[in-house]
Amino acid sequence: MTPVLQAQNVSKIYDMGTSKIEALKGVNIGINKGEFVAIVGKSGSGKSTLMHILGLLDTPTEGEIILNGVNTKGMSEKQLAAVRNSEIGFVFQTFNLLQRTTVLDNVILPLKYSDVPSTEWVRKAKEMIELVGLQDRLKNKSNELSGGQKQRVAIARAMINDPSIILADEPTGNLDSKTGDEIVNNFLRLNSRGKTIILVTHDNDLAQIAQRRIVLKDGSIVE
Amino acid sequence: MIYIPETIKSAFSALALNKVRTFLTMLGVIIGVFSVVALVAVVQGFQNYITDQFSALGSNLILVTPKVGEGQDPSRSFMGNKLSLKNVDTINLYLGDKVSAVTPSIRIAKTAEYKTKTYASTVVGGNYQSYSVYGLETEYGSYYTKFDDSKKANVVFISADVKEELFGERNPVGEEIKIENVSFEILGVAKPKGGTFDDRIFMPDTTLKQAFNVDVLSSIAVKIKENQDIDELMHEIKLALLKDIKADDFSVVTQKDILSSIDQILGVLASALAAVAGISLLVGGIGIMNIMLVSVTERTQEIGLRKALGATSKNIGRQFLTEAIVISVGGGMVGLFLGYLSTLAVKSFLRATIPWWAIALAMSFSIIVGVVFGTYPALSASKKDPIEALRFE
Repeated sequence: MTPVLQAQNVSKIYDMGTSKIEALKGVNIGINKGEFVAIVGKSGSGKSTLMHILGLLDTPTEGEIILNGVNTKGMSEKQLAAVRNSEIGFVFQTFNLLQRTTVLDNVILPLKYSDVPSTEWVRKAKEMIELVGLQDRLKNKSNELSGGQKQRVAIARAMINDPSIILADEPTGNLDSKTGDEIVNNFLRLNSRGKTIILVTHDNDLAQIAQRRIVLKDGSIVE
Repeated sequence: MIYIPETIKSAFSALALNKVRTFLTMLGVIIGVFSVVALVAVVQGFQNYITDQFSALGSNLILVTPKVGEGQDPSRSFMGNKLSLKNVDTINLYLGDKVSAVTPSIRIAKTAEYKTKTYASTVVGGNYQSYSVYGLETEYGSYYTKFDDSKKANVVFISADVKEELFGERNPVGEEIKIENVSFEILGVAKPKGGTFDDRIFMPDTTLKQAFNVDVLSSIAVKIKENQDIDELMHEIKLALLKDIKADDFSVVTQKDILSSIDQILGVLASALAAVAGISLLVGGIGIMNIMLVSVTERTQEIGLRKALGATSKNIGRQFLTEAIVISVGGGMVGLFLGYLSTLAVKSFLRATIPWWAIALAMSFSIIVGVVFGTYPALSASKKDPIEALRFE
């Protein structure tokens, strides 16, 4: 099976002027379609850097990211933005919703940068909001929601363009354990429908739900 | 693909989140555009007013006025006024065959009373020929005669607005009005003529002098006969008057001369006011840039999020630039509307109009202010690194 996402010999070096920090050292990863993978590591292990590179928000100093068989190296800013929009759904620890903006408008946001005609936006967004069970909160502003509800809105937003991969960065980090479990269940449901999920976390217990764990230490894969 | 209507809609939504701040930011542009529009309208109103006055007089009129030379005190036209009735006689004597009518003109502001009603009017004293000089037409009754002039009769010929205000639809001929407790019989009423001609009360200059103790001529108006060369006649009038008074004491002008000097004065005034309004717009633009920079900092995380979700730097830059333009154009439109309201407010005494070029100028300035002062914040927003922006708190 061809991996949906591959990191080939990826290194990232931050030039701090007088010193250089090697955040990732020759990382090789292959993630198959429909897999649920957890990238685990302690603070400073390089997992956030890896997430940014896998999510095409950052470029590696060396190595390549291949998404759906396409090498992203050398892509322009515009091309990378288009790939992020259509192929990657982000879920952040701090939800990152537009404040004082409705649930519907938050979920619609990625569609504004897509080729989907504007006449389709509301219908598609409502479908996604229903999928996360917030159909009665459509018109609520994001600041009127609980933490769990906010994260469900973020998941609906991540799913709106039907991306190849959902990239979740500590998605339960700001939630209590019960709400965190609900969010985890949301990811499991999505995965059971065939969605590829990459969960980045420092929480070993949370990582247990994944089919596969990739453990990072000092910028290298150790497990 | 994010389209322009969607960008504008997003800009409105973003600005609506901080309504008070948006309004305060707009205020600079509102004041700037309002100033430009209101000032242009008022200057235009003055021009209309003056043009109305002179066009109502006709084009074959020469005016002799007290001279106010360059650098001289303008009050000289009143205080050092050397014009007298003798000059009227001189013109008649030397140029009687070339002019059809000559009248002294004395103008004073007075309030006319009829029973409980009052009307603030301009009382114009002139001889019986002033009817022809001013191109008046009669609605009711008749104008005063040479005989009324000579016997200093307390008679008046009132204009349309005066009649309307004091008597309504009624024919007032034969009624008496009071001006400073002196009674005057109404001999006739003029047909509406437009401009300030319609708020005047005409009476013999001899009567006016006696009743109100005024001895200063505002001007001497000379109506020339048809087929006379106006420039040549002006020269002849000058020569004739030099027998009575010095060249420094009077000017002989046509309406065209007066209009041209007034236009010049109004032009200078308009330029000075436009410069003030321009400074106001500049300050407004700096206000927009300041607030947009604050907005970019406040919304750093949003910028990071949008980039993560697929926005390009161009999308982000365009979004912030659109917000700046919406603020400035919105301010421009409000300023324009307030400017229009100001023309309505002065409508009763000044026919102020907003010319199309002032509207185009105001709106162009608004757009330019938005683009110029919105570009730097927009560039600053578009250059944000998405990772740094997402981490920003």
